[in-house]
Amino acid sequence: MDSFLQNLINGIGIGSIYALIALGYTMVYGILKLINFAHSDVFMVGAFMGYYGARIFSKLMYGSSVVEPGWTLFLLVLAFSVACCGVLGYLNERIAYRPLRNAPRIASLITAIGLSFLFEYGGQMVFGPDPKFFPQLLEKKQIEFFGTSITSHLVIVLVVALVFMGILQYIVYGTKFGRAMRAVSHNYETASLMGIPTDRVISITFVIGSMLAAVGGVLYGLSYSKIDPLMGIMLGLKAFVAAVLGGIGNVPGAVIGGLVIGIVESFAGASALSTYKDAIAFVILILILLFRPSGIFGKHQAEKV
Amino acid sequence: MTILNVLDAQGVTIRFGGLTAVSEFNLSIRPTELVGLIGPNGAGKTTVFNMLTGVYKPTEGEIRVNGVDTKSLKACDITKLGAARTFQNIRVFKTLSLLDNVRIGGHIHYKYSWADSVLHSVKFREHEEQAAQEAIELLSIFDLAHRAHDEARSLPYGDQRRLEIARALAAKPKLLLLDEPAAGLNTGETAGLMAQIHEIRDRFGIAVLIIEHNMELVMGICERILVLNYGKTIAQGHPEAIQNDPVVIEAYLGEPADA
Repeated sequence: MDSFLQNLINGIGIGSIYALIALGYTMVYGILKLINFAHSDVFMVGAFMGYYGARIFSKLMYGSSVVEPGWTLFLLVLAFSVACCGVLGYLNERIAYRPLRNAPRIASLITAIGLSFLFEYGGQMVFGPDPKFFPQLLEKKQIEFFGTSITSHLVIVLVVALVFMGILQYIVYGTKFGRAMRAVSHNYETASLMGIPTDRVISITFVIGSMLAAVGGVLYGLSYSKIDPLMGIMLGLKAFVAAVLGGIGNVPGAVIGGLVIGIVESFAGASALSTYKDAIAFVILILILLFRPSGIFGKHQAEKV
Repeated sequence: MTILNVLDAQGVTIRFGGLTAVSEFNLSIRPTELVGLIGPNGAGKTTVFNMLTGVYKPTEGEIRVNGVDTKSLKACDITKLGAARTFQNIRVFKTLSLLDNVRIGGHIHYKYSWADSVLHSVKFREHEEQAAQEAIELLSIFDLAHRAHDEARSLPYGDQRRLEIARALAAKPKLLLLDEPAAGLNTGETAGLMAQIHEIRDRFGIAVLIIEHNMELVMGICERILVLNYGKTIAQGHPEAIQNDPVVIEAYLGEPADA
């Protein structure tokens, strides 16, 4: 029973990071029908911005780049990484995707793959190819919870992830920006004829998605402490599977998909299947594609004749 | 010329490759005028709408909406100038509620910032409340208010057409462009629609340009009619004059057998 709860909690921890990344995939897909492969690398950049941000702010605040754990530092680093990735997301869209808006979709898809390689190997050049140890931004404590012990970092991951998902949900379903997004995702041209500045809406979507990826990156660094320029590949693929599982294009679906993948993986990792832990997500992907291609929340599109 | 025309199109021509879809199209519309645009299938009527609303850019000619040249404007900016439209093939946002559909139509009028929405400020709440209220009022013109929270796709065909008109009106246009609003409606529904178009014009004081194949509707409500055939304007004038114009009759029915 103890280990059940433990696995469940660990699964929710990594699952909420998958969910944060999956939201970016699903939002961009919803609005442009584009799978933005470079998104997972924005997540990686988010983690690195957290790494460098911690040093910069430590230097500024304490005059030394040795990181002293603390909430002020954590929030500053989070804000810094979110801001950097927001700008990066904007530039991705503006430079790489917007010129291809009216080109066949395959052109943007190939561009996305190219951009992803650029970040992965460019990242090795800029950040260095070796893994780095993400600084302890917050003190790690053990918390007793119904007979199991969980780390305070896990609780922070959950709370921060939930807060950002809540903000997103509110923006998408409660404000005019969200309405404009949903209109653009239904029909780009019709939305522009309603007076909606579609290019700006698309930019904002990229910015929000990238900001969520940055949050995921910092939270990942906080809980797993090792980051490297290729870390986005596997995590990104799993997050993508999560988005497909929830029904790509569907915001709550991405969250549920992420949690499901995280939990299943966590249980698999603790069982005899642990060697195949990383394969589980892809087995799930194959099963969804076979039995429910539109995902858990995706609507089955029946054409009316 | 003291009153500004809501629309001035001069010598508007568009070519797709070698095909001239519309040539030398001229049309001026005064405020509160009801104008019909008719012609056989493929005459270029919807192409005219697409040029007026910025979906296509004309190859030649000038289009002014409320006196402003639309040459370098995007579709969304033309909507801001005061031209809103409906579509020949219904384009409601199917999985959104009726209320959301209409509020999206009014997007350009909700003026609150990011900060307002994140902070959930008073300004935000007031504007959103007003947006919802205005949307409900527009829906009630078309007897749709009781279904405000249903998904648009659950509406019958005729109601989806009416929802599109409500959505276009939410942009508070000076010129409403209706692309075959009566397509697929039965006789009773068409009569209802005619009354509603009149009501809209009088209530909001706007001009309406209608593409329609239903002659009863066009002849019944339009004050002026323009006939297109193969992209050329072949006649223009009062409904009675158009009905008896031999050129128009020929375009619709073909040449007389003994000609």
